[in-house]
Amino acid sequence: MSENAWNEERLGLLLRMLRPAPRGWVEAAAQLPRLHVVLDDLVERAEADAEFRAAVIADLEAALAREGVEPTPRVVRELQTRLS
Amino acid sequence: MQAYEGSLRPCLAPPIAPRRRRIILKRIRTDAELVARCRQGDEGAWAELVERFSRYVYAIAVQGFRLSEQDAEDVFQEVFARTYERLDRLRDDAAVRPWLAQLTRNLCVDRLRERARVEPTEDIEAGAVETLAELDLALDIRGALEALGEPCSDLLDRFFSRDESYRTIGEVLHLPAGTIASRISRCLVKMRGQLEGRNDGSAASGVR
Repeated sequence: MSENAWNEERLGLLLRMLRPAPRGWVEAAAQLPRLHVVLDDLVERAEADAEFRAAVIADLEAALAREGVEPTPRVVRELQTRLS
Repeated sequence: MQAYEGSLRPCLAPPIAPRRRRIILKRIRTDAELVARCRQGDEGAWAELVERFSRYVYAIAVQGFRLSEQDAEDVFQEVFARTYERLDRLRDDAAVRPWLAQLTRNLCVDRLRERARVEPTEDIEAGAVETLAELDLALDIRGALEALGEPCSDLLDRFFSRDESYRTIGEVLHLPAGTIASRISRCLVKMRGQLEGRNDGSAASGVR
């Protein structure tokens, strides 16, 4: 784009293109490091303790909720995959 | 692309009372610095990286590929999950932006092709090319917006990106609603001047 092409109308149009993503999506993505810590911990404990592992597998959502993680379908799938 | 390397930009304290505002200088990290910090396990840097690129990823999914909100959310979360897991594989820290764009595009195309079983999507894929080029430019402009500093960056963001009314902006920023239009116009002129006089470089992508 040539430098001469900048004008207020064009700038306004470009600024309008990048609207904020839904807040919840951004927050969930920002929490990924913490989520990984929680999942690593759950998997490590499950590998060391068969009874704990059985309890987690029996109710993945409850296990995540106990760790303070919202059990969204994506997170539940992730935990399920890591335990399988 | 506006260069931010080592720059300080002013930002305002919360607008409780205009006379009490203090100018705080906040250093903007470059994309490469941010990626390096993320790799070291800095959770704050990760949150900043997500914030910096969230609009871009969202726009590619919704505007570029016209995904539904549900599909866009899946793609959005998948993009950042894969980025987090694969950050070590990035060869050039400064290249995180095109890397994210490519990843988002690939995931959107996958999602579209899954949907293609019920509706044709070729037109969407073809049309996305042009939109994506515009979004790339829009991200550059966001970088320039941040470099403007306050109050222009907040004012322009609220009006254009957040679609807030003059009245709302006036209430939040403690400005008479009747002066908002002229201030927006002045800020756009300032931005234009900055873009025309800018130096090329690629440090921080569209921030916020």
